[in-house]
Amino acid sequence: MGLEQFKNRNVGQQKYVKLELGQTPETPMGKFSQVLRRTFKPELIIGLWVTMREMINALFKGQMHTVKYPFEKLPISPRYRAIHEMLRLLESGHYRCIGCGLCEKICISNCITMDTRYDENQRKEVSEYTINFGRCIFCGYCAEVCPELAIVHGPRYENASEQRASFSLFEDMLTPIDKLNLQQEYDGFGAVSPNADENIKKTPLAY
Amino acid sequence: MEVVTYTNVETFVQHLPEVTAAGVWIKAIIILAVISAVAGFGTYLERKVLAFMQRRLGPMHVGPYGLLQIIADGIKLFTKEDIVPQNANRLIFMLAPAITAATAFIALAAVPVFPNFTIPQWVPVLGGTFVPSIAADLNIGILFVLGMMAAGLYGPLLAGMAQANKWGIIGAARTAVQFLSYEVVTGLSILAPIMLVGSLSFVDFNAAQAGGISHWLIWQQPVAFILFLIAGFAETNRTPFDLLEHEAEVVSGYATEYSGMRWGMFFIGEYANMITISIIAAVVFLGGYSEEGIGWLTIILKVGFFFFLMLWIRAAWPHVRPDQLMWLCWKVLMPIAVINVVITGIVMMV
Repeated sequence: MGLEQFKNRNVGQQKYVKLELGQTPETPMGKFSQVLRRTFKPELIIGLWVTMREMINALFKGQMHTVKYPFEKLPISPRYRAIHEMLRLLESGHYRCIGCGLCEKICISNCITMDTRYDENQRKEVSEYTINFGRCIFCGYCAEVCPELAIVHGPRYENASEQRASFSLFEDMLTPIDKLNLQQEYDGFGAVSPNADENIKKTPLAY
Repeated sequence: MEVVTYTNVETFVQHLPEVTAAGVWIKAIIILAVISAVAGFGTYLERKVLAFMQRRLGPMHVGPYGLLQIIADGIKLFTKEDIVPQNANRLIFMLAPAITAATAFIALAAVPVFPNFTIPQWVPVLGGTFVPSIAADLNIGILFVLGMMAAGLYGPLLAGMAQANKWGIIGAARTAVQFLSYEVVTGLSILAPIMLVGSLSFVDFNAAQAGGISHWLIWQQPVAFILFLIAGFAETNRTPFDLLEHEAEVVSGYATEYSGMRWGMFFIGEYANMITISIIAAVVFLGGYSEEGIGWLTIILKVGFFFFLMLWIRAAWPHVRPDQLMWLCWKVLMPIAVINVVITGIVMMV
């Protein structure tokens, strides 16, 4: 079964099937035959088969669910809000931040602190930029308000640390200049995760 | 003590080489060592099989495929602090796990485990000793094993009542209810095959079914087989009837206050009981073993199947309530067992 019919969101075009759930018996004979049918129906055996089928699927058909977490990781959604990243312009390699200060203004937990000055070309330059990750609630407003897509949320979600005060400086979050070609562009709001197709499943309603 | 064992065993075994006290001692040590190890391995198997049936991997990190997990668990159990709760009855609390483990192993004494063999002559001291397959080949073997397994109920019962814990008390009460109910069905269900064979000895059962699959008693006594299996699950506290340690209702039942090796002894006893029930089912209903060739492999396969069946059912089925358990036992299974015995008797008379 392909994914096409699950991706079809046009209501009314799908072929829905009504389940035959049967009628409650009215006559004594009907009730008796229902008791007989239910007594000798191999429901318990079917239950055994279901678990055995899952075992066969897991062992021989590669449908094991376990992800050995620290060694292998599932792809996360591009919308996931993890540790921030500061992006660079791909053409010049200069950082994208124009020092407008909107992120500092909008931050509802007041964890972004920045300072700017004019450089020799009378352009705004970021002289100081820190995010206090002890305070940050990862609401994503800073990334949403940024007019230049300069501050985005990256994929780094493992941020357990031994230090309570965990400030992050501008240079720490900035893409290293030698890794500019590896810089991941933000997919935009509404983007789906890379493994979205694998996650589509038939709803188990039809038992 | 040794002399008594010697004479008893010799009286009942005529057709085999002479069974010496040394042979019985060696057999007892083999049973204790191997079954303890197998019980530990059983926990690993259970975790693995349940995991596969839920499409998980199970223990993977300690050793290859998690095999050394048993050793890690063993070290943990042995080194844990032995806690006795404040208001518990100290003596009974400390004795109860020993009852479970001891009765489980005593029951195994009268059950055929591993083939007969003679220690080769070149082995120093013990060379030439004949080691029997059954440590004590009683002529009332089945009665003895069932009696011992029934005595095992004192383990959970005393443990639950001694620990001054409400979950323990409920667990103990449920133990009593469950065992009292199911002993009846076990005895009645196995009575019909006993009538057919006319003996209570496992060796006679084995001999009566020699000669291929068509001679197995399961074909003559399918109802007794299913009843015995159900009762066996109840006796070993396996899943459809594991209400005495049902986590969702009574924390851990009779084992709530136990930790460390005392808790481990309950588990070794439970797994040893599972093996005993599997062996009884295999010998009584599925033809048992044969002495020649690889005949012993067949009983190991049968026991393995029953062990797997217990894990399989645990993965598949929900458990019953105490009232459903008693209803099932007294109103359904016991009448069926009695009718089965009566019909078997009539068929034998005609």
